[in-house]
Amino acid sequence: MRRNGPLALIFHTIFVIVMVAPILVVCLVAFTPDGFLSLPTNGFSLRWFRAIGNYPEFIQAFWVSLGLGALSSLVALLFAVPAALAIARYRFRGRDALAALFLSPLMIPHVVLGIAFLRFFTSTGLGGSFAALIIAHVIIVFPFALRLTLAAATGMDRTVEMAAVSLGANGWTLFRRVTLPLILPGVISGWALAFIQSFDDLTMTVFLAAPGTETLPVRMFLYIQDNIDPLVTSVSACVIAVTLTALILLDRFYGLDRVLAGKGDPGR
Amino acid sequence: MAYLELDRVAKQFGAQTVVDDFSLSVGKGEFISFLGPSGCGKTTTLQMIAGFLDPTRGAIRLEGKDLTAIHPAKRGLGIVFQSYALFPHMSAAENVAFGLEMRGVPRADRAERVRAALAMVGLAGYEDRHPRRMSGGQQQRVALARALVIKPSVLLLDEPLSNLDAKLREEMQIELRQIQRTIGTTTILVTHDQNEAMSLSDRIVVMSQGRIEQIGTPQETYEKPASAFVSQFLGKTNDFAGSIDRTATPPRLVAGSWSAPAPAGLNGAITVSIRPERIGFGEAGLSAKIVTRIFQGNHWLFQCESECGPAIVIRQNDGTAQPAEGEAVRLAWRPEDMSVRARASA
Amino acid sequence: MSAVAEERNARAPWALTAPALMLFIGVLLIPLAMTVMLSFHDWGQYKGIEPVFILKNWREIATDPYYAEMFWRTFRIAILTTLLTALLGAPEAYILNRMSGRWKSFFLLVILGPLLISVVARTLGWALLFGGNNGLVNKLLMSLGVIHSPIPFMFTETGMVVALAHVMMPFMVLSVWAALQRLDPQIENAAMSLGAGPITIIRRIIMPQIMPGVLSGAIIVFSLSASAFATPAIIGGRRLKVAATLAYDEFLNTLNWPLGAAVATLLLIALVLIVIGSNALIERRYAEVFR
Ligand SMILES: Nc1ncnc2c1ncn2[C@@H]1O[C@H](COP(=O)(O)OP(=O)(O)O)[C@@H](O)[C@H]1O
Ligand SMILES: [Mg+2]
Repeated sequence: MRRNGPLALIFHTIFVIVMVAPILVVCLVAFTPDGFLSLPTNGFSLRWFRAIGNYPEFIQAFWVSLGLGALSSLVALLFAVPAALAIARYRFRGRDALAALFLSPLMIPHVVLGIAFLRFFTSTGLGGSFAALIIAHVIIVFPFALRLTLAAATGMDRTVEMAAVSLGANGWTLFRRVTLPLILPGVISGWALAFIQSFDDLTMTVFLAAPGTETLPVRMFLYIQDNIDPLVTSVSACVIAVTLTALILLDRFYGLDRVLAGKGDPGR
Repeated sequence: MAYLELDRVAKQFGAQTVVDDFSLSVGKGEFISFLGPSGCGKTTTLQMIAGFLDPTRGAIRLEGKDLTAIHPAKRGLGIVFQSYALFPHMSAAENVAFGLEMRGVPRADRAERVRAALAMVGLAGYEDRHPRRMSGGQQQRVALARALVIKPSVLLLDEPLSNLDAKLREEMQIELRQIQRTIGTTTILVTHDQNEAMSLSDRIVVMSQGRIEQIGTPQETYEKPASAFVSQFLGKTNDFAGSIDRTATPPRLVAGSWSAPAPAGLNGAITVSIRPERIGFGEAGLSAKIVTRIFQGNHWLFQCESECGPAIVIRQNDGTAQPAEGEAVRLAWRPEDMSVRARASA
Repeated sequence: MSAVAEERNARAPWALTAPALMLFIGVLLIPLAMTVMLSFHDWGQYKGIEPVFILKNWREIATDPYYAEMFWRTFRIAILTTLLTALLGAPEAYILNRMSGRWKSFFLLVILGPLLISVVARTLGWALLFGGNNGLVNKLLMSLGVIHSPIPFMFTETGMVVALAHVMMPFMVLSVWAALQRLDPQIENAAMSLGAGPITIIRRIIMPQIMPGVLSGAIIVFSLSASAFATPAIIGGRRLKVAATLAYDEFLNTLNWPLGAAVATLLLIALVLIVIGSNALIERRYAEVFR
């Protein structure tokens, strides 16, 4: 293949700078020693990271987000793993329709989901509760959990399971000792990707969160609505750090390119 | 009495019949091969015995008991897959121990039996190695040890050697035969390699398009093929059109200028099958011309054009002079070396 | 398991999917149906929601030009965002694809990684860069001589499109990238050996083959932009409303849930129709490329 010419490289450089700039600027401003928004020109300071400690609502929102992400991803997997196994191995009537239904939360605008859940949970008396948040997040992260598990289950060599059966394994033992270990990388990656989706969701959650169950993105959004100051940049920097950690984890277990390829086309 | 019995077994996938009217009795300790071209239904038959597929019709019995009613996990058969199907997340020893564990064999016993099984397949010292870090031949041995350690009533092998290179395959064939002889496990081997089937089995089941063409010892199937398919599939063969003349006294079988006393039973148009290595160059017989002569080390291969069509002749390289290309020769063979089938006259 | 269950128990797949199916019916389909129902209810400042079946909200959306204006703005922003990502993302994917191994995976990570970083944080970054009339972006553009007086970015459609294009860019790059992976690596050499120059190769050989990728990327970007909430809300503030932010206001500020539900339902229906329609068009048009 031919190399890129100088024009192409200039285009590429500008493109990458623009892609990185907003994220970089948030992280840089977070280290400002000033009391107002500015790039740290004379020395870095951690004062705005320390300042987070004076805002317990941010700390609490962080824990809510963390717990919500971890729990809803886990619950989503409990439903998604059996469903993925069924879709991967059986050709049954309604299979395509089921798969489409399970992936549909990717297609439905999150604002619509937020409204639907708000309506549903207020009329069932769960409005504003943590349980409602969990259920709603299970739905929106389900497609991600399903996809990665499905890819792992489809790619698995099924004679390995037959071998285990011929040796006397069956039912739960077969699943626990052979099937699950074989699809585990996909399951863990599905969990991590689902976690990131839940951890980042604003659009749907903003409808459901109440004081006490506000997630970090919701807290940040409400804060930005009133004023933008260095505090929210330091909080953002922390969020970016958490996501990067999950990203590295994903890359280790699964390869980021495969994960992102799974995220790339919501329609299908 | 038959140890393992397949009684008119058939398998359909939708409208497609993949195995039909398959009947076979296997004696205890016997080594049977299913031989046939790819797609003829060997794996399907094996999987019905293993229980991964249910027969559409017919019965499968082990020591007189109906096998089809038993879940595959409870059949106690040992299976080696073409892909080996080793558990990638377990070491060699853990792979071999798995079946014992499922049977509730106490830990101490297990360790001892696993070590013995691995030693039997020549893998002593490889206990902690993971499958990914083993060669194809070693993985194959682990798969074999894993299937044998549970003392299976029948050992099922689905093209176990086809992923190995030629030399290793030959070694493993010999080893497999020795192990099977030593422990006496009833064995069914699926293969599309006629040499493998011949060198390993007590009896061969030749299959084509889901049906049994012939069941017999390697010698029987090679020397007395029951059908054109069998004679073609089991190595090179010559088919000559001929006829039997019952008006002559005594009745004679004639193929071109070659003739012999007619065998009993047949009349009219026939096909004579004769293996290339059983044909000699003589004074009388089928007249032919040598088209090409190929030297292959321990033997010579001649492609001839005879009065009954193309013919192949193989001669041992015993140092004697051989006819040259273009030379006119006469092809002759002993009547007992040929097999004769009726031919639908054109 | 496997073939065993396949043959012995035709109900196995249903048993395995039943929990998820129940979950989806119970807490996805029913809430969605309730939302559609809600859009037909009545609402008053003092009486709240009245569970009757009337077309009031739908009539209001159909007749009040405010809603037409708002939906038109929403789709205008989505279309511009889509164009911008296609125009910049497709060439970038092509350039990326021609890089050597190490650099390729590094830059792929740099460009696709933001996909997983909080939208709020990314949009905040743009708010900082735009930051009033003397924000960094304006300073840079003016010092480069591109513009002479500052462009307003905050609270404008321009700013929304720029920030949205940044948020959506990874989807486009990814989609074109996937199409490029299906290309025969020797195809450019083949064209060159037949005498084609670089421009001709791109126009006649590469473009037609990556077009399905660009289009499917465009569908994703369009539908996500048209329903985007965080970026329009932060960059557009309370003044410049799009469908998602309007629905949010009706629900959480005005508390006119039935009207908000009608806006949301309309958005959902419009998007589903557009996505399904264009998918069908693309697949028909490029049937031979998709195979
Ligand atoms: N699950 C299945 N569904 C439909 N057809 C099948 C299935 N498994 C095998 N077949 C068909 O049955 C025939 C025999 O297959 P198989 O037993 O695997 O052949 P062999 O092992 O002799 O190569 C083939 O034509 C194959 O396509
Ligand atoms: Mg086979």
